[in-house]
Amino acid sequence: MAIANPPAVSLEALDFRYPGSDVALLSNLSLNIEKGDSFGLFGPNGAGKTTLMNLMTGVLNVNAGNVKILGHPIGTPSKKVNRLFGFVPQDFSFYDELSAVENLEFYGAWAGLDSKRIKKRTAELLHILGLEDVKKRQVGKFSGGMKRRINLAIGVIHNPSVLFLDEPTVGVDVQTRHAIISYLKELNENGTTLIYTSHQLSEAEALCRDIALIDIGQIVAEGTLDELNKKYKKKSLEELFLSLTGKDFRD
Amino acid sequence: MLRDKTGISLMFVMPIILVMVVTSIQNSTFQLMNKSKLPVLVCNQDTGQASLQLLAAINRVGLLKVSPLPKDQSIGKIDKAMKEKDAELAIVIPGDFSARVAAKAQNAANKALKSFGLQGDSTKNQVLSTAPPFTLYFSPVLQEQLRFSIRGGLRSALQLVESRETLRKLYFAINEKQLPPALEDEMINNQSDIGMVSVSKNGGREVPNTTQHNVPAWTIFAMFFIIMSLAASVVREKVSGSFIRLKTLPTNYFVGLLSKQITYLGVTLFQAVVIFSMGIYLFPHIGLPGLNLPSDLTALIITTIITGWCAVSYAICVGVFSNTQIQASGFGAVSIVILAVVGGLMVPTFAMEGYMKTVSNVSPLHWSLEAYYDLFLLGGKLRDVFANLIPLFIITLILQVLTFIGLKRQNLI
Repeated sequence: MAIANPPAVSLEALDFRYPGSDVALLSNLSLNIEKGDSFGLFGPNGAGKTTLMNLMTGVLNVNAGNVKILGHPIGTPSKKVNRLFGFVPQDFSFYDELSAVENLEFYGAWAGLDSKRIKKRTAELLHILGLEDVKKRQVGKFSGGMKRRINLAIGVIHNPSVLFLDEPTVGVDVQTRHAIISYLKELNENGTTLIYTSHQLSEAEALCRDIALIDIGQIVAEGTLDELNKKYKKKSLEELFLSLTGKDFRD
Repeated sequence: MLRDKTGISLMFVMPIILVMVVTSIQNSTFQLMNKSKLPVLVCNQDTGQASLQLLAAINRVGLLKVSPLPKDQSIGKIDKAMKEKDAELAIVIPGDFSARVAAKAQNAANKALKSFGLQGDSTKNQVLSTAPPFTLYFSPVLQEQLRFSIRGGLRSALQLVESRETLRKLYFAINEKQLPPALEDEMINNQSDIGMVSVSKNGGREVPNTTQHNVPAWTIFAMFFIIMSLAASVVREKVSGSFIRLKTLPTNYFVGLLSKQITYLGVTLFQAVVIFSMGIYLFPHIGLPGLNLPSDLTALIITTIITGWCAVSYAICVGVFSNTQIQASGFGAVSIVILAVVGGLMVPTFAMEGYMKTVSNVSPLHWSLEAYYDLFLLGGKLRDVFANLIPLFIITLILQVLTFIGLKRQNLI
């Protein structure tokens, strides 16, 4: 039975190792992310951030433990829980040969929206993300920044309550980064829970309320940025990051 | 898909060109064998009558047109003409040809007379040369099948000359006078023709033409060539992360997989309609025999749908197991050609050796081809093609299961 006011995301004692690997990438990992939170997940390369994101979204299946979104277990055959969240992967996950409108319509249909709602959301998102003028152009011909924006738009086409973002601003110019962060803040203010990974720590400071630092498959620190800075006596997320994860290369 | 110009050209334009070219070439070969004649250079070193009779007989076989070299021209002239590709075939008749034919005929006549209880002229028995009576020179570009046909024709002409000479010897030994020309003509030249009747399942006696053979065969090939576009598209979806994104969305991926299959099945059916229409309406205008559709159109539609579904299933399966688009396209194209060869599109399966016949059962193109031939050539009905459609359907199901396993193992569904 679902609890009355469940967290947006609940991870209970997760274990995960890739098939054929002897080493557990995540071991007995637990985490709760509250509804409406703007949660940052940080860590060096290879720490397990993307894997954790993939486990939370059901792209990968856990070996042990539970993942719940708003109290509903992920990975059930009905996929009803998938209506509740959106995912913006780091890679450009759309059809290059389709236009911006066609991509949004296609993914809108996959998200279970009716045609009227798809049209409305498509128009809204193209306007908000500044893609109206190029809406009929094949996205394969878009600039990197425009591709990032359409990648984001597809992830939110169905107005998800929880939005997972895996490095949504990587490789974009300042203007696009500003537009994306502004839009994400707006979403969060309107109640969408954000779960976000990035290597842009200054950007994370601006966006995230709560953070977790992950290293070698374990959460090494968790709390608000102020709490963590006070606890570890650091002035910025970058200082905190280096003090907890070290300065050695990880990949 | 409409924006994928290369894919469309591979799916439609190339198969159309292929069907036209193959049908035209096979039709020309048919014309060559039946109406035109292959020229053959002849260096006749013999001065007797037998060689002249041989040349007349060769002309009568209908396959070859004798082109004699002047008596003073040597074998070297033939060699030069063939090397310079002025001739594909040549015959050198040795100087003792007539003498050898006469000797062989005399020996045969003596044996025959002895067996009749008459005394032949055993003093005339001669030791026969083991060398061939004449030699055929050919260009290596001539296909084996054509070479064998030519050899058969020449044997028949030689046999005619030898039989005539034997008959003359026999007649002379018995009657001590020459065989009258009228009788000789009656006995030797009055050859009976062979009746040829096409036996089909519907009792029809129409003789199938090259279009009837080629259009169905190459339509199947074209349908399976959808792999070039579809397998690459599946790989693109995998590599780009579209599969992953779709996995996080509420719609079950099987709905997507089914939609994809239905869309591409539609494309394969459209390919079939285009190529069949071309056979029916265009071919007669460009000098090729027109295509006649089978009488059982329901069977044709069902066969085409299952063939198309199998082609789409194969393409998706290859796409799922390929890591790059180059892998998918390369393996896809080569595998289709192999399956086509094994399946009897290029060499009929009835002409294959034992184990190859067994191997051909693995090719879905074999079952499609057998079903189409039943319908287009044998006048078969739906019940006649069931035996071919069931294995085709089973292969399709196996491909679907493999696709599911591949997607599951790669964590894409």
